[in-house]
Amino acid sequence: MADLAKLYEAILNGDQKTAVAVTQEALAEGCDPMELITKHMVPAMDEVGRRFECEEYFVPELLLSARAMKGSLELLRPLLAASGAQPAGRVVIGTVKGDLHDIGKNLVASMLEGGGFEVIDLGADVPPERFIEAVREKNARIVALSALLTVTMPAMRRTIDALKEAGVRDQIKVMVGGAPVTPQFAEEIGADGYGENATAAVALARKFVQAG
Amino acid sequence: MSRLAEWTAQRVLITDGAWGTRLQELGLDPGEIPDAWNLAHPGRVEQVAREYVEAGSDVILTNTFRANRITLAAAGLADRTREINQSGVALSRRAAAGRARVAASIGPTGKMLMTGEFTPEDLHAAFLEQAEALAAAGADALLIETMSDLEEARIALRAARTTGLPVIVSFAFDTGRNRDRTMMGVTPEQAAAEMQAGGADAVGANCGAGIERFPALCARMRRACSLPVWIKANAGLPEWREGRAVYSTDPTEFAAHLRALVEAGASFVGGCCGTSPDFVRALVAAREAL
Repeated sequence: MADLAKLYEAILNGDQKTAVAVTQEALAEGCDPMELITKHMVPAMDEVGRRFECEEYFVPELLLSARAMKGSLELLRPLLAASGAQPAGRVVIGTVKGDLHDIGKNLVASMLEGGGFEVIDLGADVPPERFIEAVREKNARIVALSALLTVTMPAMRRTIDALKEAGVRDQIKVMVGGAPVTPQFAEEIGADGYGENATAAVALARKFVQAG
Repeated sequence: MSRLAEWTAQRVLITDGAWGTRLQELGLDPGEIPDAWNLAHPGRVEQVAREYVEAGSDVILTNTFRANRITLAAAGLADRTREINQSGVALSRRAAAGRARVAASIGPTGKMLMTGEFTPEDLHAAFLEQAEALAAAGADALLIETMSDLEEARIALRAARTTGLPVIVSFAFDTGRNRDRTMMGVTPEQAAAEMQAGGADAVGANCGAGIERFPALCARMRRACSLPVWIKANAGLPEWREGRAVYSTDPTEFAAHLRALVEAGASFVGGCCGTSPDFVRALVAAREAL
Protein backbone atom coordinates (compact mmCIF):
# COMPACT_ATOMS: atom_id res chain seq x y z
CA MET A 1 0.00 0.00 0.00
CA ALA A 2 1.19 3.46 -0.87
CA ASP A 3 1.87 5.44 2.28
CA LEU A 4 -0.15 8.58 1.63
CA ALA A 5 1.08 10.34 4.76
CA LYS A 6 4.42 10.28 2.98
CA LEU A 7 2.90 12.24 0.08
CA TYR A 8 1.81 14.94 2.50
CA GLU A 9 5.25 14.97 4.15
CA ALA A 10 7.08 15.02 0.82
CA ILE A 11 5.19 18.09 -0.38
CA LEU A 12 5.58 19.82 2.98
CA ASN A 13 9.35 19.13 2.89
CA GLY A 14 9.74 20.03 -0.76
CA ASP A 15 10.89 16.52 -1.70
CA GLN A 16 9.77 16.21 -5.31
CA LYS A 17 11.31 12.79 -5.87
CA THR A 18 9.38 11.18 -3.04
CA ALA A 19 6.18 13.05 -3.90
CA VAL A 20 6.29 11.72 -7.46
CA ALA A 21 7.22 8.18 -6.36
CA VAL A 22 4.36 7.93 -3.84
CA THR A 23 1.93 9.38 -6.37
CA GLN A 24 2.94 6.78 -8.95
CA GLU A 25 2.58 4.01 -6.43
CA ALA A 26 -0.84 5.25 -5.33
CA LEU A 27 -2.07 5.49 -8.92
CA ALA A 28 -0.80 2.00 -9.68
CA GLU A 29 -2.88 0.78 -6.76
CA GLY A 30 -5.95 2.50 -8.18
CA CYS A 31 -6.25 5.49 -5.82
CA ASP A 32 -8.65 8.21 -6.93
CA PRO A 33 -6.59 11.17 -8.28
CA MET A 34 -9.06 13.73 -6.95
CA GLU A 35 -8.86 12.22 -3.49
CA LEU A 36 -5.03 12.35 -3.55
CA ILE A 37 -5.23 16.04 -4.33
CA THR A 38 -7.94 17.10 -1.92
CA LYS A 39 -7.05 14.85 1.03
CA HIS A 40 -3.26 14.90 0.94
CA MET A 41 -1.70 17.39 -1.43
CA VAL A 42 -3.81 20.51 -0.93
CA PRO A 43 -3.64 20.15 2.87
CA ALA A 44 0.16 19.92 2.55
CA MET A 45 0.27 23.15 0.54
CA ASP A 46 -2.06 24.77 3.07
CA GLU A 47 0.41 23.85 5.80
CA VAL A 48 3.24 25.27 3.67
CA GLY A 49 1.26 28.51 3.44
CA ARG A 50 0.70 28.53 7.19
CA ARG A 51 4.41 28.05 7.89
CA PHE A 52 5.22 30.86 5.45
CA GLU A 53 2.82 33.17 7.28
CA CYS A 54 4.48 32.20 10.60
CA GLU A 55 7.94 32.88 9.16
CA GLU A 56 9.04 29.29 9.60
CA TYR A 57 9.22 29.00 5.82
CA PHE A 58 10.67 31.51 3.38
CA VAL A 59 10.79 31.72 -0.40
CA PRO A 60 13.17 28.78 -0.95
CA GLU A 61 10.93 26.40 1.02
CA LEU A 62 7.85 27.67 -0.83
CA LEU A 63 9.50 27.03 -4.17
CA LEU A 64 10.61 23.53 -3.26
CA SER A 65 7.14 22.58 -2.00
CA ALA A 66 5.47 24.08 -5.06
CA ARG A 67 7.85 22.07 -7.23
CA ALA A 68 7.04 18.83 -5.40
CA MET A 69 3.32 19.59 -5.74
CA LYS A 70 3.75 20.29 -9.44
CA GLY A 71 5.61 17.01 -9.95
CA SER A 72 2.67 15.06 -8.53
CA LEU A 73 0.05 17.16 -10.29
CA GLU A 74 1.67 16.50 -13.66
CA LEU A 75 0.97 12.79 -13.15
CA LEU A 76 -2.60 13.43 -12.02
CA ARG A 77 -3.73 16.09 -14.49
CA PRO A 78 -4.12 13.85 -17.55
CA LEU A 79 -6.27 11.47 -15.48
CA LEU A 80 -8.36 14.33 -14.14
CA ALA A 81 -8.83 15.77 -17.63
CA ALA A 82 -9.88 12.34 -18.92
CA SER A 83 -12.49 12.07 -16.18
CA GLY A 84 -13.81 15.55 -17.04
CA ALA A 85 -12.62 17.25 -13.84
CA GLN A 86 -11.68 20.90 -14.32
CA PRO A 87 -8.70 22.74 -12.80
CA ALA A 88 -9.52 25.07 -9.91
CA GLY A 89 -9.44 27.95 -12.38
CA ARG A 90 -7.44 29.44 -15.18
CA VAL A 91 -5.14 32.37 -14.37
CA VAL A 92 -3.29 34.66 -16.77
CA ILE A 93 -0.25 36.10 -14.99
CA GLY A 94 2.48 38.56 -15.97
CA THR A 95 4.71 41.43 -14.87
CA VAL A 96 3.35 44.65 -16.37
CA LYS A 97 4.87 46.61 -19.23
CA GLY A 98 8.16 48.31 -18.50
CA ASP A 99 9.01 46.03 -15.57
CA LEU A 100 11.50 43.21 -16.17
CA HIS A 101 11.33 41.68 -12.68
CA ASP A 102 9.94 38.18 -12.56
CA ILE A 103 10.92 36.56 -9.25
CA GLY A 104 7.71 37.51 -7.44
CA LYS A 105 5.57 36.71 -10.45
CA ASN A 106 7.23 33.29 -10.87
CA LEU A 107 6.71 32.51 -7.22
CA VAL A 108 3.00 33.38 -7.38
CA ALA A 109 2.67 31.32 -10.57
CA SER A 110 4.28 28.29 -8.89
CA MET A 111 2.08 28.59 -5.83
CA LEU A 112 -1.07 28.96 -7.97
CA GLU A 113 -0.11 25.81 -9.88
CA GLY A 114 0.51 24.12 -6.56
CA GLY A 115 -2.98 25.26 -5.55
CA GLY A 116 -4.46 23.45 -8.53
CA PHE A 117 -4.86 26.39 -10.90
CA GLU A 118 -3.97 26.29 -14.56
CA VAL A 119 -1.51 29.14 -15.05
CA ILE A 120 -0.81 30.94 -18.31
CA ASP A 121 2.44 32.79 -17.67
CA LEU A 122 3.03 35.68 -20.08
CA GLY A 123 6.45 36.53 -18.60
CA ALA A 124 7.73 40.02 -17.77
CA ASP A 125 7.35 43.40 -19.51
CA VAL A 126 3.91 42.37 -20.82
CA PRO A 127 1.92 45.00 -22.78
CA PRO A 128 -1.83 45.32 -22.05
CA GLU A 129 -2.76 43.87 -25.47
CA ARG A 130 -1.16 40.54 -24.59
CA PHE A 131 -3.20 40.25 -21.40
CA ILE A 132 -6.37 40.95 -23.43
CA GLU A 133 -5.37 38.40 -26.07
CA ALA A 134 -4.66 35.73 -23.47
CA VAL A 135 -7.95 36.33 -21.64
CA ARG A 136 -9.85 35.95 -24.92
CA GLU A 137 -7.95 32.95 -26.25
CA LYS A 138 -7.75 30.98 -23.03
CA ASN A 139 -11.04 32.10 -21.56
CA ALA A 140 -9.28 32.83 -18.25
CA ARG A 141 -11.24 33.86 -15.17
CA ILE A 142 -8.42 35.59 -13.31
CA VAL A 143 -5.71 38.03 -14.37
CA ALA A 144 -2.77 38.49 -11.98
CA LEU A 145 -0.54 41.56 -12.44
CA SER A 146 2.89 42.00 -10.87
CA ALA A 147 5.19 45.05 -10.53
CA LEU A 148 8.35 45.50 -8.47
CA LEU A 149 9.06 49.15 -9.24
CA THR A 150 7.07 52.14 -8.02
CA VAL A 151 7.60 53.63 -11.49
CA THR A 152 5.92 50.74 -13.28
CA MET A 153 2.89 50.63 -11.00
CA PRO A 154 0.98 53.04 -13.30
CA ALA A 155 1.21 50.33 -15.98
CA MET A 156 -1.07 48.23 -13.77
CA ARG A 157 -3.74 50.90 -14.02
CA ARG A 158 -3.23 51.14 -17.78
CA THR A 159 -3.57 47.37 -18.12
CA ILE A 160 -6.84 47.35 -16.17
CA ASP A 161 -8.14 50.29 -18.23
CA ALA A 162 -7.22 48.44 -21.44
CA LEU A 163 -9.05 45.32 -20.24
CA LYS A 164 -12.13 47.53 -19.70
CA GLU A 165 -11.86 49.14 -23.11
CA ALA A 166 -11.50 45.73 -24.74
CA GLY A 167 -14.78 44.70 -23.10
CA VAL A 168 -13.35 41.75 -21.16
CA ARG A 169 -13.10 43.34 -17.72
CA ASP A 170 -16.48 41.99 -16.54
CA GLN A 171 -15.63 38.36 -17.27
CA ILE A 172 -12.48 38.36 -15.12
CA LYS A 173 -11.21 39.16 -11.66
CA VAL A 174 -7.99 41.17 -11.52
CA MET A 175 -5.50 40.69 -8.69
CA VAL A 176 -2.34 42.74 -8.19
CA GLY A 177 0.82 42.35 -6.13
CA GLY A 178 4.50 43.24 -5.83
CA ALA A 179 6.73 44.90 -3.26
CA PRO A 180 5.50 48.52 -3.65
CA VAL A 181 1.81 47.64 -4.23
CA THR A 182 -0.64 48.35 -1.43
CA PRO A 183 -4.33 47.46 -0.89
CA GLN A 184 -5.10 51.15 -1.20
CA PHE A 185 -3.40 51.32 -4.59
CA ALA A 186 -5.21 48.17 -5.74
CA GLU A 187 -8.53 49.77 -4.90
CA GLU A 188 -7.60 53.06 -6.52
CA ILE A 189 -6.81 51.46 -9.88
CA GLY A 190 -9.93 49.29 -9.85
CA ALA A 191 -8.40 45.89 -9.17
CA ASP A 192 -10.58 43.25 -7.49
CA GLY A 193 -7.96 42.30 -4.95
CA TYR A 194 -4.43 42.55 -3.61
CA GLY A 195 -2.16 39.73 -2.48
CA GLU A 196 0.59 40.64 -0.03
CA ASN A 197 2.58 37.51 -0.88
CA ALA A 198 2.36 34.28 -2.86
CA THR A 199 0.24 32.40 -0.35
CA ALA A 200 -2.15 35.33 0.00
CA ALA A 201 -2.43 35.37 -3.79
CA VAL A 202 -3.53 31.73 -3.82
CA ALA A 203 -6.12 32.39 -1.10
CA LEU A 204 -7.42 35.36 -3.09
CA ALA A 205 -7.64 33.35 -6.32
CA ARG A 206 -9.59 30.64 -4.49
CA LYS A 207 -11.97 33.27 -3.14
CA PHE A 208 -12.53 34.63 -6.64
CA VAL A 209 -13.31 31.19 -8.02
CA GLN A 210 -15.68 30.30 -5.18
CA ALA A 211 -17.50 33.62 -5.52
CA GLY A 212 -17.49 33.32 -9.30
CA MET B 1 41.51 42.65 8.35
CA SER B 2 39.27 44.89 6.28
CA ARG B 3 41.00 46.95 3.64
CA LEU B 4 38.35 49.61 4.29
CA ALA B 5 39.43 50.14 7.91
CA GLU B 6 41.69 52.94 6.75
CA TRP B 7 38.77 54.72 5.02
CA THR B 8 36.64 54.70 8.14
CA ALA B 9 39.29 55.18 10.82
CA GLN B 10 38.47 58.86 11.44
CA ARG B 11 34.70 59.09 11.39
CA VAL B 12 31.56 57.66 9.88
CA LEU B 13 31.53 58.20 6.13
CA ILE B 14 28.46 59.61 4.43
CA THR B 15 27.60 57.88 1.16
CA ASP B 16 24.99 58.96 -1.40
CA GLY B 17 21.24 58.62 -2.00
CA ALA B 18 18.94 57.29 -4.70
CA TRP B 19 19.87 57.60 -8.39
CA GLY B 20 16.92 56.09 -10.26
CA THR B 21 14.33 58.59 -9.07
CA ARG B 22 16.63 61.54 -9.83
CA LEU B 23 17.31 60.18 -13.33
CA GLN B 24 13.56 59.97 -13.85
CA GLU B 25 13.24 63.64 -12.96
CA LEU B 26 15.84 64.22 -15.66
CA GLY B 27 13.74 62.34 -18.22
CA LEU B 28 14.40 58.60 -17.76
CA ASP B 29 11.27 56.70 -18.80
CA PRO B 30 9.65 54.60 -16.09
CA GLY B 31 10.78 51.06 -16.72
CA GLU B 32 13.71 52.10 -18.91
CA ILE B 33 16.91 50.55 -17.53
CA PRO B 34 18.81 53.45 -15.86
CA ASP B 35 22.21 51.91 -16.68
CA ALA B 36 21.56 52.46 -20.42
CA TRP B 37 21.90 56.20 -19.77
CA ASN B 38 25.63 55.78 -19.08
CA LEU B 39 25.90 55.64 -22.88
CA ALA B 40 22.75 57.49 -24.02
CA HIS B 41 22.85 60.48 -21.63
CA PRO B 42 26.20 60.47 -19.82
CA GLY B 43 25.89 64.18 -18.96
CA ARG B 44 22.72 63.62 -16.95
CA VAL B 45 24.20 60.64 -15.09
CA GLU B 46 27.28 62.68 -14.25
CA GLN B 47 25.02 65.47 -13.03
CA VAL B 48 23.40 63.14 -10.47
CA ALA B 49 26.84 62.00 -9.28
CA ARG B 50 28.00 65.62 -9.02
CA GLU B 51 24.90 66.61 -7.01
CA TYR B 52 25.86 64.01 -4.42
CA VAL B 53 29.51 65.08 -4.32
CA GLU B 54 28.42 68.69 -3.86
CA ALA B 55 26.02 67.67 -1.09
CA GLY B 56 29.01 66.26 0.81
CA SER B 57 29.09 62.54 0.02
CA ASP B 58 32.41 60.94 1.02
CA VAL B 59 31.61 57.92 -1.12
CA ILE B 60 29.45 57.88 -4.24
CA LEU B 61 28.15 54.91 -6.18
CA THR B 62 27.93 54.29 -9.92
CA ASN B 63 24.91 53.91 -12.19
CA THR B 64 25.69 50.23 -12.77
CA PHE B 65 23.29 48.42 -10.41
CA ARG B 66 21.72 46.39 -13.24
CA ALA B 67 24.76 46.25 -15.51
CA ASN B 68 25.45 42.53 -15.38
CA ARG B 69 25.07 40.62 -18.65
CA ILE B 70 22.09 38.56 -17.46
CA THR B 71 20.01 41.60 -16.49
CA LEU B 72 21.15 43.72 -19.45
CA ALA B 73 20.22 40.87 -21.83
CA ALA B 74 16.56 41.27 -20.83
CA ALA B 75 16.80 44.88 -22.05
CA GLY B 76 18.61 43.90 -25.23
CA LEU B 77 21.89 45.44 -24.04
CA ALA B 78 24.07 42.40 -23.33
CA ASP B 79 26.69 43.35 -25.92
CA ARG B 80 27.12 46.77 -24.27
CA THR B 81 27.90 45.31 -20.83
CA ARG B 82 31.53 46.36 -20.68
CA GLU B 83 30.97 49.86 -22.03
CA ILE B 84 28.04 50.56 -19.70
CA ASN B 85 30.13 49.60 -16.66
CA GLN B 86 33.22 51.49 -17.74
CA SER B 87 31.23 54.59 -18.55
CA GLY B 88 29.43 54.35 -15.21
CA VAL B 89 32.72 54.42 -13.30
CA ALA B 90 34.21 57.14 -15.51
CA LEU B 91 31.19 59.41 -14.92
CA SER B 92 31.27 58.97 -11.13
CA ARG B 93 35.04 59.45 -11.02
CA ARG B 94 34.85 62.64 -13.04
CA ALA B 95 32.09 63.98 -10.80
CA ALA B 96 34.05 63.00 -7.69
CA ALA B 97 37.19 64.71 -8.98
CA GLY B 98 39.14 63.36 -6.02
CA ARG B 99 36.67 64.77 -3.48
CA ALA B 100 34.82 61.48 -3.00
CA ARG B 101 35.64 57.80 -3.38
CA VAL B 102 33.80 55.69 -5.91
CA ALA B 103 32.22 52.39 -4.82
CA ALA B 104 30.96 50.73 -7.98
CA SER B 105 27.51 49.18 -7.69
CA ILE B 106 26.77 45.54 -8.53
CA GLY B 107 23.15 44.46 -8.04
CA PRO B 108 21.57 41.01 -8.12
CA THR B 109 20.85 39.30 -11.44
CA GLY B 110 17.14 39.13 -10.62
CA LYS B 111 17.24 35.40 -11.32
CA MET B 112 16.84 32.68 -8.72
CA LEU B 113 19.47 29.98 -8.73
CA MET B 114 17.10 27.41 -7.31
CA THR B 115 14.76 27.60 -10.29
CA GLY B 116 17.62 26.26 -12.42
CA GLU B 117 17.14 28.90 -15.14
CA PHE B 118 20.77 29.93 -14.64
CA THR B 119 23.64 27.95 -13.11
CA PRO B 120 26.12 29.19 -10.48
CA GLU B 121 28.71 29.25 -13.29
CA ASP B 122 26.47 31.56 -15.38
CA LEU B 123 26.15 33.96 -12.45
CA HIS B 124 29.85 33.85 -11.67
CA ALA B 125 30.73 34.65 -15.29
CA ALA B 126 28.30 37.60 -15.32
CA PHE B 127 29.57 39.05 -12.03
CA LEU B 128 33.20 38.51 -13.03
CA GLU B 129 32.72 40.35 -16.32
CA GLN B 130 31.04 43.27 -14.55
CA ALA B 131 33.56 43.42 -11.68
CA GLU B 132 36.51 43.38 -14.08
CA ALA B 133 35.03 46.18 -16.20
CA LEU B 134 34.36 48.30 -13.10
CA ALA B 135 37.85 47.70 -11.72
CA ALA B 136 39.55 48.43 -15.04
CA ALA B 137 37.73 51.78 -15.20
CA GLY B 138 39.21 52.81 -11.85
CA ALA B 139 36.62 52.11 -9.13
CA ASP B 140 38.00 52.45 -5.57
CA ALA B 141 35.87 49.59 -4.24
CA LEU B 142 33.12 47.25 -5.38
CA LEU B 143 29.70 47.28 -3.71
CA ILE B 144 27.53 44.18 -4.09
CA GLU B 145 24.12 45.41 -2.94
CA THR B 146 20.44 44.58 -2.41
CA MET B 147 21.24 40.87 -2.18
CA SER B 148 18.70 38.41 -0.82
CA ASP B 149 20.18 35.01 -1.69
CA LEU B 150 23.27 33.98 0.27
CA GLU B 151 24.47 31.75 -2.56
CA GLU B 152 24.22 34.52 -5.18
CA ALA B 153 26.03 36.90 -2.79
CA ARG B 154 28.81 34.35 -2.26
CA ILE B 155 29.25 33.93 -6.01
CA ALA B 156 29.32 37.69 -6.59
CA LEU B 157 31.83 38.15 -3.74
CA ARG B 158 34.11 35.46 -5.13
CA ALA B 159 34.01 37.12 -8.58
CA ALA B 160 34.54 40.64 -7.18
CA ARG B 161 37.51 39.59 -5.05
CA THR B 162 39.52 38.51 -8.07
CA THR B 163 39.89 42.20 -9.01
CA GLY B 164 41.92 42.88 -5.85
CA LEU B 165 39.65 45.80 -4.88
CA PRO B 166 37.99 46.05 -1.45
CA VAL B 167 34.50 44.51 -1.60
CA ILE B 168 31.38 45.51 0.37
CA VAL B 169 28.40 43.14 0.39
CA SER B 170 25.01 44.53 1.39
CA PHE B 171 21.68 42.73 1.78
CA ALA B 172 18.03 43.86 1.56
CA PHE B 173 16.15 42.84 4.70
CA ASP B 174 12.55 43.32 3.62
CA THR B 175 10.76 40.19 4.82
CA GLY B 176 9.10 39.07 8.03
CA ARG B 177 7.14 40.98 10.63
CA ASN B 178 10.29 42.76 11.82
CA ARG B 179 11.73 43.17 8.32
CA ASP B 180 14.87 41.39 9.52
CA ARG B 181 15.10 38.62 6.95
CA THR B 182 15.84 38.80 3.27
CA MET B 183 13.25 37.49 0.84
CA MET B 184 15.15 34.19 0.90
CA GLY B 185 15.03 34.05 4.71
CA VAL B 186 18.64 35.12 5.42
CA THR B 187 19.27 36.77 8.81
CA PRO B 188 21.70 39.67 9.43
CA GLU B 189 23.90 37.29 11.44
CA GLN B 190 24.11 34.75 8.62
CA ALA B 191 24.82 37.43 6.04
CA ALA B 192 27.60 39.04 8.09
CA ALA B 193 29.32 35.81 9.11
CA GLU B 194 29.13 34.23 5.66
CA MET B 195 30.44 37.32 3.88
CA GLN B 196 33.30 37.70 6.33
CA ALA B 197 34.17 34.04 5.74
CA GLY B 198 34.08 34.73 1.99
CA GLY B 199 36.63 37.53 2.34
CA ALA B 200 34.42 40.66 2.24
CA ASP B 201 35.88 43.96 3.49
CA ALA B 202 32.56 45.27 4.77
CA VAL B 203 29.01 43.99 5.15
CA GLY B 204 25.78 45.90 5.19
CA ALA B 205 22.08 46.42 4.80
CA ASN B 206 20.35 48.54 2.19
CA CYS B 207 16.84 49.17 0.88
CA GLY B 208 14.14 46.94 2.31
CA ALA B 209 12.70 49.09 5.08
CA GLY B 210 12.60 52.56 6.58
CA ILE B 211 15.65 53.88 8.43
CA GLU B 212 14.17 53.26 11.90
CA ARG B 213 14.73 49.53 11.36
CA PHE B 214 18.42 49.88 10.55
CA PRO B 215 20.13 50.50 13.92
CA ALA B 216 18.99 47.03 15.07
CA LEU B 217 20.10 45.39 11.80
CA CYS B 218 23.44 47.20 12.04
CA ALA B 219 24.07 46.09 15.63
CA ARG B 220 23.25 42.48 14.75
CA MET B 221 25.65 42.48 11.78
CA ARG B 222 28.33 44.17 13.86
CA ARG B 223 28.10 41.50 16.56
CA ALA B 224 28.27 38.68 14.02
CA CYS B 225 31.53 39.76 12.37
CA SER B 226 34.52 42.07 12.77
CA LEU B 227 33.99 44.09 9.58
CA PRO B 228 32.87 47.70 9.05
CA VAL B 229 29.10 47.97 8.46
CA TRP B 230 27.56 49.75 5.47
CA ILE B 231 24.01 51.14 5.88
CA LYS B 232 21.80 52.63 3.15
CA ALA B 233 18.20 52.97 4.29
CA ASN B 234 14.98 53.86 2.52
CA ALA B 235 13.13 57.07 3.39
CA GLY B 236 10.30 55.07 4.95
CA LEU B 237 7.89 53.03 2.89
CA PRO B 238 6.30 54.43 -0.26
CA GLU B 239 2.77 55.76 -0.11
CA TRP B 240 0.77 56.27 -3.24
CA ARG B 241 -0.43 59.85 -3.70
CA GLU B 242 -1.98 61.25 -6.85
CA GLY B 243 -0.41 58.70 -9.14
CA ARG B 244 3.13 58.73 -7.76
CA ALA B 245 5.12 57.14 -4.99
CA VAL B 246 5.86 59.40 -2.04
CA TYR B 247 8.24 58.37 0.73
CA SER B 248 7.18 59.26 4.23
CA THR B 249 10.47 60.32 5.90
CA ASP B 250 11.94 63.79 5.30
CA PRO B 251 15.70 64.58 5.36
CA THR B 252 15.71 65.92 8.94
CA GLU B 253 13.84 62.92 10.33
CA PHE B 254 16.11 60.63 8.35
CA ALA B 255 19.32 62.21 9.62
CA ALA B 256 18.05 62.09 13.21
CA HIS B 257 18.78 58.34 13.07
CA LEU B 258 22.50 58.88 12.37
CA ARG B 259 23.46 58.85 16.05
CA ALA B 260 21.70 55.54 16.68
CA LEU B 261 23.37 54.05 13.61
CA VAL B 262 26.83 55.19 14.68
CA GLU B 263 26.21 53.86 18.19
CA ALA B 264 25.19 50.56 16.59
CA GLY B 265 28.56 50.47 14.84
CA ALA B 266 27.86 51.82 11.34
CA SER B 267 30.92 53.00 9.40
CA PHE B 268 29.09 54.11 6.25
CA VAL B 269 25.65 55.75 6.19
CA GLY B 270 23.58 56.85 3.22
CA GLY B 271 20.15 56.60 1.67
CA CYS B 272 18.40 54.24 -0.69
CA CYS B 273 14.92 54.56 -2.28
CA GLY B 274 13.23 57.92 -1.72
CA THR B 275 16.38 59.84 -0.71
CA SER B 276 18.08 62.75 -2.50
CA PRO B 277 21.05 65.14 -2.10
CA ASP B 278 19.04 66.92 0.63
CA PHE B 279 19.25 63.73 2.69
CA VAL B 280 23.03 63.67 2.25
CA ARG B 281 23.29 67.32 3.35
CA ALA B 282 21.18 66.50 6.41
CA LEU B 283 23.43 63.51 7.24
CA VAL B 284 26.59 65.63 6.87
CA ALA B 285 25.10 68.27 9.20
CA ALA B 286 24.03 65.62 11.71
CA ARG B 287 27.55 64.18 11.72
CA GLU B 288 28.94 67.58 12.70
CA ALA B 289 26.57 67.57 15.68
CA LEU B 290 27.53 64.09 16.91
